[in-house]
Amino acid sequence: MQNYNIMELMICVAARELGNGRTAGIGTGAPCAAALLAQKTIAPNLVIMFESGGVDPILPELPVSVGDSRTFHRAIMAGTMFEIMQTCSRGMVDYAILGGAQIDMYGNINSTMLGKDYFKPAVRLPGSGGANDFASLCWRTIIMSVQERKRLVSKLDFITAPGWLEGGESRAQSGLPLDTGPYRVITNMAVMDFEPESKWMRVISINPGYTFDDIQTNCEFELLKAPRIFTTKPPTALELRVLRDEIDPNRIIIGR
Amino acid sequence: MIADKAVQSMGPLFTNPDPDEARKYFHSKSRTKTDKLMNLKDAVERFVCDGDYLAIGGFGTNRTPIAACQEIVRQGKKNMGFAGHTSTHDFQILAAGEVFNRVDIAYIIGLEARGMSPCAKSYMESGRVKICEWSNFSLAARLKAAAMGIPFLPTRNMMGTDTFRYSAGKTMICPFTDKTLALQPALYPDVSVIHVHEADITGNCRIRGIVISDDDLARASKKLIITTERLIHNDEIRNDPARTVIPYYLVDAVCEVPYGAYPTGMPYEYYSDEKHLKQWLTVQKNPTAFKSFLKSNIYDCPDHAAYIELSGGIDRIQELRAKELLLHKEEIHAEL
Repeated sequence: MQNYNIMELMICVAARELGNGRTAGIGTGAPCAAALLAQKTIAPNLVIMFESGGVDPILPELPVSVGDSRTFHRAIMAGTMFEIMQTCSRGMVDYAILGGAQIDMYGNINSTMLGKDYFKPAVRLPGSGGANDFASLCWRTIIMSVQERKRLVSKLDFITAPGWLEGGESRAQSGLPLDTGPYRVITNMAVMDFEPESKWMRVISINPGYTFDDIQTNCEFELLKAPRIFTTKPPTALELRVLRDEIDPNRIIIGR
Repeated sequence: MIADKAVQSMGPLFTNPDPDEARKYFHSKSRTKTDKLMNLKDAVERFVCDGDYLAIGGFGTNRTPIAACQEIVRQGKKNMGFAGHTSTHDFQILAAGEVFNRVDIAYIIGLEARGMSPCAKSYMESGRVKICEWSNFSLAARLKAAAMGIPFLPTRNMMGTDTFRYSAGKTMICPFTDKTLALQPALYPDVSVIHVHEADITGNCRIRGIVISDDDLARASKKLIITTERLIHNDEIRNDPARTVIPYYLVDAVCEVPYGAYPTGMPYEYYSDEKHLKQWLTVQKNPTAFKSFLKSNIYDCPDHAAYIELSGGIDRIQELRAKELLLHKEEIHAEL
């Protein structure tokens, strides 16, 4: 019997992708919880940056807004958005963790609108915020999403933030900084990367309790399989304790 | 090269990026160190005009000049342009008043994790608002270009995406490196409002905590209204001049508005009022209830002080101050 929920699992898996001594552009919600979990487990020297200007805060609790005072609580710097973004552009920010309403096989992300006509959207969504910037300029983009056919789609209604664009060399040719791009897609069912040549999404690890068929059924496009597919390590007792007791005691994120 | 064959953008440019046009305006802007103190009602009447392009300082629900947004709605300003640079509660207030009819979008409609604003969403889906798509960095770069007095800044974001396609940006091949660059056109707002911690009567301003894009916004704006938590003497500015983020010559009006960011947060002063923000989001689901909510919370309030009183007054502010200072977190309290 599993003793964790899908949000806890996704946060734990994302946290394990973050290296000690690295820098990460972070928003609120699950990405922030993942970065905090990494700091309190495997990556105590992970530096968190918020797009609004906060650098390396000691977060006393989860912020409710990407610019609230928690995002620069006892930080080393309370700067500007331009400073954070130029730091990304200069190549000093390693990770971005993003989500979206739709994601395609190349890791492109939509958070702008749903529907066929941009000018008459079925649903207007908030837009890029800093997502396009982080996905363009940070070295590795980690995407977190629930695995559903309506989210993992063959064609986005709108490309808000760049993944591998049309696959192959298209991202490198677009003018976006070289050697940047989506690195992992973390869902409740699996962990995916992108096949190095085609840049098409492929399954590298399956979460406990699911099969490849479950994952494929809940994805509109055909998924590739890595040569070896692992079973995702479930959250450890330590990860769950830190996440539940220290990071999100009010279950604001893990209770969703 | 891709810059030649790629789809160019199709979004409208709502403002003129011509730096010589901007220089003409700034040439005529007063540099005299006069007393610019006035009440917010007068400042909005005088400096915020129907049809102007408006920008708002702060970010998300942080240090946003909500008192000014409510005054703009109260005065029924219309047909404005707006820069939605992670614009959340300010955006839903201005949308409720249908103040703007064209928006440069980086982030709108949502209140981050709190959910979407129904009134802002339906106004944006009505087809009555012209839109142009950007990202937060692009808008920050557009303000930086304006602050520098140049027509655009090149950046390396947005390329290859629909965010670029529906923007008014362009691409070019770098003459030095042959790389493709995105060009962000300078954005000179007609009028902006920024809420600060401290200002003197001529408009020298201090901000504590993150500045976000307000240093560039203040420099890019043709007219600038400052609302401030506190007034300080010019001597105090001169005692520590490195702390001046906005110098007086950028400023047209200084309005003393304590708690002027409420119900959004003000660093080191008060946290956002999450209960009140939730009330805003909930009441909008019922149009009749929302109408009467707007009447009592905006239209019938003579000023921000009356709104604060209506929202729980100084007792509520004290609770939010305790939350801001983390006094509810025992272990941190012990550290202090």
